[in-house]
Amino acid sequence: MAIKDLPVEECYIPGCAACPGCPATMALRVVYKALGRNTVKIIPACCTAVIESLHPHTSFDIPTMNIAFEAAAAGASGVEAGFRMQGKTDITVVAWAGDGGTYDIGIQALSGALERNTNFIYICYNNEIYSNTGIQRSGATPYGAWTTTTVTGKTEFRKEMGEIIQAHHIPYAAQTCIAYPEDLFKKLQKAKSIHGPKYVEIMAPCPPGWRFPMEKTVEMGTMAVETGAWALYEVENDKVTFNGRSKLILEGKIERKPIEDWIKYQGRFRHLFKPKKDIKRIKAIEDHIDQMWERYRKCYQ
Amino acid sequence: MKKYDVVTTISYPKKGAMGKTGNWRVFRPILDKKKCVKCLRCWIYCPEATIIRNKDDSVDIDYVYCKGCGICANVCKVKAITLEREGKKK
Repeated sequence: MAIKDLPVEECYIPGCAACPGCPATMALRVVYKALGRNTVKIIPACCTAVIESLHPHTSFDIPTMNIAFEAAAAGASGVEAGFRMQGKTDITVVAWAGDGGTYDIGIQALSGALERNTNFIYICYNNEIYSNTGIQRSGATPYGAWTTTTVTGKTEFRKEMGEIIQAHHIPYAAQTCIAYPEDLFKKLQKAKSIHGPKYVEIMAPCPPGWRFPMEKTVEMGTMAVETGAWALYEVENDKVTFNGRSKLILEGKIERKPIEDWIKYQGRFRHLFKPKKDIKRIKAIEDHIDQMWERYRKCYQ
Repeated sequence: MKKYDVVTTISYPKKGAMGKTGNWRVFRPILDKKKCVKCLRCWIYCPEATIIRNKDDSVDIDYVYCKGCGICANVCKVKAITLEREGKKK
């Protein structure tokens, strides 16, 4: 699939409240293109709740329901059950939450919805912080990263949401990145065609949160995949396939780039380079990623 | 537009829900149509949907809502889009 093949129709209207260079709106446009107009979206408290703009107007040309932080998946379950009772089975129900609403606050509702076999798509756009409330640490924040609540760098490693989701043995789960819109589009179309709970996670580098210039959003996404900090894969009925560059890294056809290439451009890791290079902590990040890939190779090859 | 009769508060879609966001811009993207190879990378990566895709796959920029993030200039492989400071004297 090439970029030319993506549909022209736009369900996202310009003039919203997103920061310039926002990865969430970038992903939303592709999501809307993939799912079409016959979609209902549930959003908890996250950046998107602000992006959709103030009361009498909204920037989304698709029915959207706002709900409490922890209730995205529960709300989607209710909407889906309502449609099923009315016999409307052709409508795609999507829960769209940030990493705070997925990793930390929304995890029990999500786990419940997956376990109940709700027919919906859960999309998590992961920018590794609570950026809406002003850059606090979340369960997805990587080791060593600065946030307003971890001023000297986070001391814990992030949790592997992909593996938690896989433990539910749902029909479809995938990880993708905003820098690869074709990959994102393909995965969402596949998710739409499958019945049952689906989970898609999108890596979304946040310019104000990660402290990098706003024009570098796509570059940061590409680098995240090339350095191996993020993997593109999909899981269909417990069968894991890696896609794109992550496949080449997994098979050892290309070396993954050193993590330093990615983190040195981000202000949130600046304290690891200035005033003195903190080799110990950079090595800890590198080792963690090596361990992750070791685990991937062991499980999926 | 279809209005719904519901008790709860409902927002309706509108272009420019937060006003004309083009006035947030500091750098203005300028497209050189001669250099453009119609790869549409700028169109798909634009976070604001302000790059308009025409029928023949050529693109135009909607300056009323463009926030000037510069992603289009950064992803362009042939450097057809350049950034220029807003209000610069020629």
